[in-house]
Amino acid sequence: MKKRCNLSLMIAVIMAVGLIVTAATIVFAAPAKQKNLILATTTSTQDSGLLDVLIPIFEKQTGYFVKTIAVGSGQAMAMGQKGEADVLLVHSPEAEAKFMAEGNGKNRQLVMHNDFVIVGPADDPVTVKATKSVKEGFKKISIGSALFLSRGDNSGTHAKEKAIWKAAEINPEGQNWYQQTGLGMGQTLNVAAEKKAYTLADRGTYLALKKNLGLVILSEGDPLLLNVYHVIEVNAVKWPKVNAPGAKAFVDFMVSEKTQKIIGTFGVDKFGSPLFFPDAGKKVEDLGK
Amino acid sequence: MDLIVQGIKQAFFLITTLDAEVLGITLLSLKISGTATLISLLIGVSTGTVVALTRFPGRKFVVSLINTGMGLPPVVVGLFVTIFLWRNGPLGFLEILYTPTAIIVAQTVIATPIVTGISLAAMQQLPQNLRLQILALGANRLQMIWMLIREARLPLLAAVMAGFGGVISEVGASIMVGGNIKGYSRVLTTATVMETSRGNFDIAIALSIILLLLAYLITLILTQIQQRERPR
Amino acid sequence: MRPVILRTEGLAVKRGGYEVLNLPALSVANGEFLSLIGPNGTGKSTLLLAMACLVKPFRGQMFFHDRKIRDNQSIIDYRRHIAMVFQEPLLFDTTVYDNVASGLKIRGVGKKERQPIVEACLERFGIRHLAGRSACKLSGGEAQRTSLARAFATRPDIIFLDEPFSALDPPTREGLMADLDSILKETKTTALMATHDQAEALRLSDRIAVMNEGRIIQIGCASEVMNHPTNEFVASFVGVETILNGTVTEYHRGTILINVAGQVIEAVGDVLPDVGVTCCIRPEHISLARETAARVTSARNTIPGTITSIQNMGPLYKVQLNCGFELVAYITSSSLEELALKVGDCIVATFKAAAVHIIRTHPQAFSSESEKPQEFT
Repeated sequence: MKKRCNLSLMIAVIMAVGLIVTAATIVFAAPAKQKNLILATTTSTQDSGLLDVLIPIFEKQTGYFVKTIAVGSGQAMAMGQKGEADVLLVHSPEAEAKFMAEGNGKNRQLVMHNDFVIVGPADDPVTVKATKSVKEGFKKISIGSALFLSRGDNSGTHAKEKAIWKAAEINPEGQNWYQQTGLGMGQTLNVAAEKKAYTLADRGTYLALKKNLGLVILSEGDPLLLNVYHVIEVNAVKWPKVNAPGAKAFVDFMVSEKTQKIIGTFGVDKFGSPLFFPDAGKKVEDLGK
Repeated sequence: MDLIVQGIKQAFFLITTLDAEVLGITLLSLKISGTATLISLLIGVSTGTVVALTRFPGRKFVVSLINTGMGLPPVVVGLFVTIFLWRNGPLGFLEILYTPTAIIVAQTVIATPIVTGISLAAMQQLPQNLRLQILALGANRLQMIWMLIREARLPLLAAVMAGFGGVISEVGASIMVGGNIKGYSRVLTTATVMETSRGNFDIAIALSIILLLLAYLITLILTQIQQRERPR
Repeated sequence: MRPVILRTEGLAVKRGGYEVLNLPALSVANGEFLSLIGPNGTGKSTLLLAMACLVKPFRGQMFFHDRKIRDNQSIIDYRRHIAMVFQEPLLFDTTVYDNVASGLKIRGVGKKERQPIVEACLERFGIRHLAGRSACKLSGGEAQRTSLARAFATRPDIIFLDEPFSALDPPTREGLMADLDSILKETKTTALMATHDQAEALRLSDRIAVMNEGRIIQIGCASEVMNHPTNEFVASFVGVETILNGTVTEYHRGTILINVAGQVIEAVGDVLPDVGVTCCIRPEHISLARETAARVTSARNTIPGTITSIQNMGPLYKVQLNCGFELVAYITSSSLEELALKVGDCIVATFKAAAVHIIRTHPQAFSSESEKPQEFT
């Protein structure tokens, strides 16, 4: 009878609408496949805001849709190793060397650098400020009367920090003044501010958060503190699904003159000095001089 | 304390000026969580009803699975969905990783057991003979199921609200499978996390307030529907 | 002879591997009221559900108006001609009006057409004033009235009732039974009711079926079942309290004398001497009198005995006598007062020969009163 038909019809219509909505979402959500480019980079790079400026320019220029996945350097390279990213923008030279040696990437290009600084409480209980080199500074911290926070997440920052400990011939693992947060740079700085601890930070993130922190820069300029960024194409021969032309286009873009100029002026209006120094074409050994 | 005040001011500002980015993020959150809730409603209510009303071997086991699923950690779901959707993973050919669709998939997986479990309980607590009574009134199977669902509408709507609440507030899986890409797969929760980790607490608080307002409004509407038809 | 409206053949229902209903044949006449009585758990509800096609039988066939009910479509068609009322009202979470209208709604009857039917039903069942009330806010009686109104709104050919009054208090039950009785007579609807209250069954039914362990033991019109039970089980269930075993000593043209534990009882029957019999006497057919008054009676049996117990049963008193065998009589409270009966008194029980119903005969005579036949199982 008609009431019965109406009911079944209504339910069928509801389900059909639901399915259409779902299908539409799937179909219209992802832009055309060959236009997608997965860029794996670090949280500190994203947090600096540089990519928010560069990516739209690149997209307009080339028509690619860039998916910026910001994770730690360690995870970014792991994604590259599995072919789950097309191009990497990372700053962890030792890990990168291993990555390249294993044949996971090609066309590794130097893009820019900034530096790390040791930051800590203004009253500087272990007098890091007075030290001449970063190794000395770390030695002072290892006395242990103040806390040191490590990101502990295999990020570029973490790798740099480990390298400095190694150079200073100190093993901080397990010591009670050494704590690992497992968090991003911004959050680690916040925790350090709360706990009045020392930590190693990239200048860019520190400057962005400076006004709320109450931490000051206590050691800078040491060549060991250089933070060097490279862009790497993931090896499309090893992983056929990688968007090789897109990756190449991105690398070319990052080292191009126009982009390098933008990099060099980024942050000046906000912080008074640029956050990054463009280095395309230079040799790593020549940096910082 | 004045950080919170700052945050409230910021929230007010963003809402009244209809800030384009925030508006986009809010609409995306609604679209994604709304779709996930709708799909989980369809699957959850029908599955819960079927399991409640039929006897089959292994039924107790299925019920315990559903109940366990209600407490499934979202971040675990995110991890497994990511692994499945990886380019080189079993469902990689779909190419939906790092898209809003992937977030819908993950949120549906999170919400469905919740809606199913509560629907199951809702249908089970109907009087045993009610089903027979409805059939005795001459209803066919479809009419019977519709009438039973109407009888259980209070707890079923609670199930929908629980499912929606679970996914609108979800962040771990959403970041993992969505990639938190600006203007594309960034939702209120993932944006809040990002702003927090950058140290932009005022924006983070503003986004949280907007998220709470959104969740409250939707739940208010659903509650009105739930409580509407009670005659005096 | 009224036409048969519903007929089953070889019906059996299994639950959990056990056979809970076994019905070789049952026919229900159009317009009749058939009650099912029996102890709890004997399959009364199962029988109703099976006859309403709400439970799938393990085997058997059903014929409605002589047409076989075979597939799902015919089951739904059949159900649209019946209605069922359960012990709980099972009303929907909406108004009384909407509840009563629900059967019509299911059949696709439009809002305008529904209205006069629903209002007539509400009026007939005396719940017109409750039309807008929420079904959750009704008393037990009001709710069951609504359930009945809902059932009748669809003008069913057959109505199935599963202990519909057992959850109600006596005055409510009375009122509702009276209403149901008159409505059934008006609409000439066939009814099948399961109940454990014999008074209800007697009041409303044309026929009574006594059930035990999933089978119908005896089915017949009320007086037959009550007064002529076919075995001890039925007898005890329908309230026969006195069951005796004895031997026929004399037979003369339809009248027999039975020796029960030394006493002689006269009964109506065709049984040869020296044959054992089991017979029963309904307690309300036994009168009590003092020795002297007992002589003045037309009853053929006057048996002296001693009162062993007197129980208050509400409207009646149950008096147990030892006459060499046990006799149970029901007397009114005024009789009790008049006779001034006490435990231990010597009294005379009188009953007519026709009141003695012979259940069965036994090939061998009983040698003593203590020898009893097998209990019917």
